[in-house]
Amino acid sequence: MVKNTKLSSVYLFVVFVLLYLPIFYLIYYSFNAAGTMNQFDGFTLEHYTALAEDTRLLTIALDTVRVALISSLAATVIGTMGAIGIYFSRKRRTQGLLMSLNNILLVSPDVIIGASFLLLFTLVGFRLGFYSVLFSHIAFSIPIVVLMVLPRLEEMNPHMITAARDLGASQWQVLKEIILPSISSGILAGFFMAFTYSIDDFAVTFFVTGNGFATLSVEIYSRARQGVSLEINALSTILFLVAMAIVVGYYFIQKQQRTRKKILAVDPTNHEKAVMP
Amino acid sequence: MVRQRKLLSVPYYLWMGLFVIVPVLLLLFQSFRGMDGSFTLLNITSYFTSPVYLTMTGQSFLYAFLITVMTLLISYPAAYFLTRTEHKHLWLLVMILPTWMNILLKAYAFIGILSQSGMVNQLLAFMGIGAQPLLFTRLSFLIVATYIEIPFMLLPVFNAIDDIDESLTLASRDLGANEWQTFRSVIYPLSLSGVRSGIQAVFIPSLSLFMLTRLIAGNRVMTLGTAIEQHFLVTQNWGMGSTMGIVLIVIMFAVMALTKKRQRGGTR
Repeated sequence: MVKNTKLSSVYLFVVFVLLYLPIFYLIYYSFNAAGTMNQFDGFTLEHYTALAEDTRLLTIALDTVRVALISSLAATVIGTMGAIGIYFSRKRRTQGLLMSLNNILLVSPDVIIGASFLLLFTLVGFRLGFYSVLFSHIAFSIPIVVLMVLPRLEEMNPHMITAARDLGASQWQVLKEIILPSISSGILAGFFMAFTYSIDDFAVTFFVTGNGFATLSVEIYSRARQGVSLEINALSTILFLVAMAIVVGYYFIQKQQRTRKKILAVDPTNHEKAVMP
Repeated sequence: MVRQRKLLSVPYYLWMGLFVIVPVLLLLFQSFRGMDGSFTLLNITSYFTSPVYLTMTGQSFLYAFLITVMTLLISYPAAYFLTRTEHKHLWLLVMILPTWMNILLKAYAFIGILSQSGMVNQLLAFMGIGAQPLLFTRLSFLIVATYIEIPFMLLPVFNAIDDIDESLTLASRDLGANEWQTFRSVIYPLSLSGVRSGIQAVFIPSLSLFMLTRLIAGNRVMTLGTAIEQHFLVTQNWGMGSTMGIVLIVIMFAVMALTKKRQRGGTR
């Protein structure tokens, strides 16, 4: 294995700094007493106390987590069952067709998903709000779950199922004792990805949210359009810490599983877009 | 038996039908409807005859192309060097971590960084160049979009290079190739599949980053995404918005076809 030269290490370091600079810029100025993002006038925590008293924002944050949790759980259940269905569909062509449908929703630009869902909800006469956002999030999360679960199914030893059947296991027992345990790391990865996608989504939510309901992304957008407010900076510090904690925690859970079960676990970094064919 | 397994996936089929097939069909129907709801070809004809829409589409394409090229230029060397570090997966995670920060917060950070008296301008003034208007320009859009898309290029390229069998590079070294030759004739050709996925992952979203054009570029930059958002949510001209949506879908399929994984042997 060739080692990096000094120059390439410097290059990596520069890219690293550039990637983190905007985030730390936000965090740094969240402690600024001057109230702007240019001149640091003195340390203060007032933006954090303002954030803590901002009940509107806190409600929105709770709603965001609520949507993310419910939608990723629902998407995990439907997506896992769908993946099992795709895996057992005998015909190769059906499998290919199903996968390409799955992929369409994955690659589609957010505006297309948002606009077409808006058309759908309007046609049905569904009121825009919490439920339209929730259903949209479930919809765009399902393909991610399928994408994470399907490779685990293909790695599974199919003879295990035959053996279990021979030993008299029922269909339900096969599912519970053989299939689900062997794909659990994929299910976890799918849930995790779905959750982070839901939390981060802006464009789709923006289209289907209507007036009464907002998620954090939508709220940040409307506040950022009005200009700089250091309350947003304080919020980003907290969100960054939470995201770090979740990702790092997830990384170590996966690593532990990998070494214990010797199953090739899905990296948390296996981003939806990156694994596209 | 098999039927039971099929039953499991019924919710999935229903859901996908309702949220993939039906919405796309609706978009298609809507593009044939005028403001009053009647059937018309007006949207399509006016899209393809209007210089405004066509230049907008062309510009949108150009921006996406530039963003893709810039992310590739920055990410490819970074991915290559990353594969050669110790604990490469941990370092990769560190590089990708900013993706988990909300995209709007990252865009918002640039409002500060690029503003009239922000960090970049302070630096420019210090260097004696003097403050330049950066925010609400085309350049600022390109910078921020590139920043946001870098991880999506870095990751597939890293995976592709990381997947290369080490014995191949060792063999090439054994046969007397120097590092540059090894890179040129072994690593580079084998990493192209990752580059293709990266292009796909960056180019298509770059056409539709409407929140960035609004926050960072003022109204200087109009991408297809911005135009669609405007027609749907501001001017309420859903027919025209849908027409542009269909154009975007067609472009999406074209890009997917161009960057599709070739059959084995094609690239080797």
